[in-house]
Amino acid sequence: MKNNKTLHWILGGIGLLVLPLILQYFGNAWVRIADLALLYVMLALGLNIVVGYAGLLDLGYVAFYAVGAYMFALMASPHLAETFEGFVAMFPNGLHTSIWLVIPLGMLLAACTGVLLGLPVLRLRGDYLAIVTLGFGEIIRIFLNNLDQPVNITNGPKGIGQIDSVKIFGFDLAKRHEIFGYDIASVTLYYYLFLVLVLATIVICYRLQDSRIGRAWMAIREDEIAAKAMGINVRNMKLLAFGMGASFGGVAGSMFGAFQGFVSPESFSLMESVMIVAMVVLGGLGHIPGVILGAVLLSALPEVLRYVAGPLQQMTDGRLDASILRQLLIALAMIVIMLMRPRGLWPTPEHAKSLDRQS
Amino acid sequence: MDILLQQIINGLVLGSMYALIALGYTMVYGIIQLINFAHGEVLMVGALTSWSCIGLMQEAMPYLPGWLMLLIAAIIACVVAASLNFVIEKVAYRPLRNSPRLAPLITAIGVSILLQTLAMIIWKPNYKAYPTLLSSTPYEIGTAVITPTQILVLVVTAIALATLMYLVNYTRLGRAMRATAENPRVAALMGVKPDMVISATFIIGAVLAAIAGIMYASNYGTAHHTMGFLPGLKAFTAAVFGGIGNLAGAVVGGLLLGLIESIGSGYIGDLTGGVLGSQYTDIFAFIVLIIILTLRPSGLLGERVADRA
Repeated sequence: MKNNKTLHWILGGIGLLVLPLILQYFGNAWVRIADLALLYVMLALGLNIVVGYAGLLDLGYVAFYAVGAYMFALMASPHLAETFEGFVAMFPNGLHTSIWLVIPLGMLLAACTGVLLGLPVLRLRGDYLAIVTLGFGEIIRIFLNNLDQPVNITNGPKGIGQIDSVKIFGFDLAKRHEIFGYDIASVTLYYYLFLVLVLATIVICYRLQDSRIGRAWMAIREDEIAAKAMGINVRNMKLLAFGMGASFGGVAGSMFGAFQGFVSPESFSLMESVMIVAMVVLGGLGHIPGVILGAVLLSALPEVLRYVAGPLQQMTDGRLDASILRQLLIALAMIVIMLMRPRGLWPTPEHAKSLDRQS
Repeated sequence: MDILLQQIINGLVLGSMYALIALGYTMVYGIIQLINFAHGEVLMVGALTSWSCIGLMQEAMPYLPGWLMLLIAAIIACVVAASLNFVIEKVAYRPLRNSPRLAPLITAIGVSILLQTLAMIIWKPNYKAYPTLLSSTPYEIGTAVITPTQILVLVVTAIALATLMYLVNYTRLGRAMRATAENPRVAALMGVKPDMVISATFIIGAVLAAIAGIMYASNYGTAHHTMGFLPGLKAFTAAVFGGIGNLAGAVVGGLLLGLIESIGSGYIGDLTGGVLGSQYTDIFAFIVLIIILTLRPSGLLGERVADRA
């Protein structure tokens, strides 16, 4: 039995490692889809800490993603140097912050934003919390959209371009590399980077779930007053949940910035937050494999459909184009899956009491 | 001073639309504790249906007076929106009534995306010019101006609110609705059919949303498939602002939010020395909301319901 399990793990690991090489064979666009799916897995796992463990419905999670992305964009693109003369003198070669500095900084900044958001909303529960976090996400997006004047910080709706790619020990992930005679494309290299990050996230999530902190979160989710009576510091634990959840969003955001080479407020709309919540809930609230499944399904499937929807578009005179079809299918999937399996596709086997309870 | 009067008029008009939409949210929430995310889309469908109707009528019967066309289109739009909301509740929310709390929220979001996409397919994604059917010569009040459309918005809102208040407070259905909101199980024991009451609530909410949608479209002169999103969001904010589940609260919240927004966007440029412009209008709603909820978590007129969720 034990042997069998190890075998499964090894086979799964090899599968994940080989996957991009196979996809690469069909074209880089397919690897890109896998890359983005991994980013979404990271986001969904981060949100799962807030929604799944601590039971705080956050509809503005994309704000932390945006914070991370803009952080990387500002620290590793010529934008700031172009805007402020002083910067040119300070950094004659332009601002190229190392990835080793940006990731922790992005985490820290996002976590601070998360705690900052958490402070005023601590007393709120349920739907009130949902609407306030939603408002917070919109506020961040509106600021990103409009902070190009009087001082040009975010370059407004045009976004920030020419962002540095990720370099690890001088190994540039944005270029093709030949390894053992194999030609490995840049997207494939990013795939491995994201895979490592996602694996780290999964390990952290599992360790958190079984830790004192994780159990405290779940206690708060089940019954806040009882949790308080057992000596749990509810306020600090909630803030910690917001902070930790946000820090994953921040890392995913900075990776997104580096991967795309371009960020603009458009990528951080409310729809994106809603999609991440949908991933978590569709997959199975609070259950790590379920959340991963939900994220992969909702992020990759529609993209795949985009490539097979070509013929359909011709059949309907272009009225039903790929992006419309994609939206239609996401919407239908959300409704149908929830109607058939209200607790998600792959829910926790344990008895999560309050998640079952109506109101 | 003259700017202030003008902004107050604009704010009241905007606020009365928010109030009508917020009522739909708050009634549904009061009875089944669900954020009906698709409510804004019902508004959009109402507005676009009326746009199509007016287009057809202008072609077929151009001799009809403008107000009659608007009235016929409004009635058709209300019927369409009401049947749509009835079907949505039946298909997407009813089967999930005893499921985990987040499940109906996700289907609601799904319905919202679905309706937006369908509207995009049916009506095409372009911005449509909404015809001006009433005379556009504005009346002057002191130094401010008010258009006939704006007057109509205020009058229609007042009539709709009065009708709703009568319905909820003095009819059998209204009593059943209040009883169900209080305690569905006991209400059922007293012979109230909760399913019927819930359907009625969704239908009433849809009619109010359709009216608001038509007013929104004719006030701003345009209609398109994403027009429901922002008013829907603001109206929900208004409902929470006033205390969700409370009808009077929704009206007060809507009007106040409209006033805050229009006065705020009129003065923010001067107050901050031009640093923040009117493009920050949308932020007001949320900042006000955060402040209110921090100081008074159950909303302005709400009872202590925050603990229930």
